[in-house]
Amino acid sequence: MLEFRKDYFQDERDDRLNEVGQPRQRQDMLGHVTGRTRYFDDHAFEGLLHLKVLRSPHPHARLRSIDVSAAERSAGVKRVIRAADVPVNKNTLLSLIGFGKDDEPLLAVDKVRYKGEPILAVVAESEAEAYAALAKIRLDCDPLPAVFDVEEAIKPGAPVVNETYPANTFEYHEKYNHQKLRFGDVERAFASADFVVEERYQMSPIEHAPTETNGSIAAPETNDRFVVHTCTQALFFSLGTAAKLLDLPSNRLHFIGGTVGGGFGGKVDSLTEPLAILGAMLTGRPVRYVLGREEEMLYGCPRGAERHYIKDAVLRDGRIIARKVTSYFDAGAYTRLSSYGAVKCIAHLPGPYTIPNVHADSYCVFTNRTPATAMRGFGITGVDFALEVQMDKLAHKVGMDPMEFRILNAYRDGDMKAHRRKAHNCALIECVQVAAEKAGWPIRDEFRRMNSLTGGGGERAVIPATASDEVGRIGTGRPASTTPPRAPALPIAPPPRVPQPVAAPPPPVPPAARPAAAPTPREQPKPAVPGPQHGATRFSSVFGTRRR
Amino acid sequence: MAKTPVQFRLNGADKAVFVDGGENLLNALRRGIGDMSAKFGCGQGTCGVCTVLIDGEPQLACLTLAETCAGRAIETALGLAAGPNLHPLQAAFMEHFAAQCGFCTSGMLMAAKALLDRNPSPTREDVAEAISGNICRCTGYEPIINAVLEAASKRGGQPSGEQGRARI
Repeated sequence: MLEFRKDYFQDERDDRLNEVGQPRQRQDMLGHVTGRTRYFDDHAFEGLLHLKVLRSPHPHARLRSIDVSAAERSAGVKRVIRAADVPVNKNTLLSLIGFGKDDEPLLAVDKVRYKGEPILAVVAESEAEAYAALAKIRLDCDPLPAVFDVEEAIKPGAPVVNETYPANTFEYHEKYNHQKLRFGDVERAFASADFVVEERYQMSPIEHAPTETNGSIAAPETNDRFVVHTCTQALFFSLGTAAKLLDLPSNRLHFIGGTVGGGFGGKVDSLTEPLAILGAMLTGRPVRYVLGREEEMLYGCPRGAERHYIKDAVLRDGRIIARKVTSYFDAGAYTRLSSYGAVKCIAHLPGPYTIPNVHADSYCVFTNRTPATAMRGFGITGVDFALEVQMDKLAHKVGMDPMEFRILNAYRDGDMKAHRRKAHNCALIECVQVAAEKAGWPIRDEFRRMNSLTGGGGERAVIPATASDEVGRIGTGRPASTTPPRAPALPIAPPPRVPQPVAAPPPPVPPAARPAAAPTPREQPKPAVPGPQHGATRFSSVFGTRRR
Repeated sequence: MAKTPVQFRLNGADKAVFVDGGENLLNALRRGIGDMSAKFGCGQGTCGVCTVLIDGEPQLACLTLAETCAGRAIETALGLAAGPNLHPLQAAFMEHFAAQCGFCTSGMLMAAKALLDRNPSPTREDVAEAISGNICRCTGYEPIINAVLEAASKRGGQPSGEQGRARI
């Protein structure tokens, strides 16, 4: 059962908590148990039309021609919607906060980049008639070489997935092809370590599989507006996205939602709202666009695949003295939210541990797979899986108990994080102690007595001398090698232990002279940095725009 | 397309609806009559969110032809409460936090009702078996099973018409 431990950190908090720790009934519970809760699809409209999309049968192909004449004459069909019917047929979700370039059409133009990409839409009197019309469309396309692996995608000569990002990597602040974290000197630490452990971790895409599939219903409303009943998890995000794609002022869209039949991150991409509204605009009638279960499973945006290489240096006494991480986030064919996942990853590294030398690169890579999106801690979850399995391996290597090993290396208040911010309100030691206690896992007294409030700071608060580098700068071509060697992880023969400062600060290295901009032809001409087109720039600290 | 009239009892009231050939009961209830309590989740009988009772038996409305329901008695979650009084299952679901997004709840309740009507004193295993065709993706199976067991114990030995005290 849930236990609320008020004894921890009580001196740091005003503890007059009236709600936290108290059971409170959900305000929507009565609706749920009486069957009266209204989800987006629980609204009836007279004259409701049904929209279905033609999806690409290929993971990567050039569109040659599409013959819709038979489909347009098919029974019950009211309208075929083509790419040319979309007012602004290019978008990226995070453009609403001024992050990233528009890279994804609502309906494919010239090219399809993943299997299942929408090419055109049919609006008909019934779902059956819409499907029948789709079957009559004659699609002629030339399959192109496709790439499905993040490391294959960044090799020279790999097929270009998305021409907006011709190197198959997302570009951060038009500057680097990855997110970068540098703290101290990992190579020196590797040379002085007792053991070096290097491993490769990966995670496949995961479908959210909500019991309610993605969908929406859009209908003409009075006052020249459209009402939109939607499953979205992000009502105003979807409203802004639809307004941009349809070139409508947002006050002509009346979004109603918030009651979501399971989301978990899979309902923030506005997969259906823009087409449903466009269908209503073009037919003057209510239009319903709902994914079937097969569509949801095959083409609904999943949590993306991840791959992580972790190389750690550890001393016999259990202290980790260096951690080097290279992470690849598979965005699929379009950015959606994966660029942010790679940012979260770098912000999370090296995990909740005080490590004096950290070096990490995190890439958001394009492949010909279904575009990935948010899902419960995306950018963190897979990283933590890798880090914690690695921690167990390190503990095993030095012959320590894995719980004690974590307590030994945990952040303590006052420690300097690799991001150059001091750790405070740390609680990992206490969490591990409670977990050990609950699990009946014996830990030694000295580890049971440790706490997050003491032992931190001092030498552990020092920012080491750190060399910067220009690896991955946009315009200098692809990195020569971003992949760590795949040699099996073998311990480096432990050198005789000579008492010496761990990874003594190296002499200060001046920042490498930035090469004069050597833009490649594909990058020119480039207009001045476009400002955010919708809304204010927020989350500036997250995306580093203040320091751009 | 020619429409066929179908009559049945829904939650104790006579209903008539015109359906297309091949139309399923789920569509007839939702689009034809306006009872939206049964949901569409998969359309292929794997998720259970469309579960309704037909002559007391739990059935998947998405796989049931509407025309085969002529003359039969159908129960949905909208008919569970007796006026303002919640059914013991509904009260127990509220008490035990046995719903999160709520999308599977109508189907869960109907599967559970079929169980309790048949077996007033089920074991935990009986409950798990009864809802094994109903998928919850917010992973609330334990609270759901606890709620069904409590509803059974509160109703134990009482006439099946007895309702819980909680009110809408």
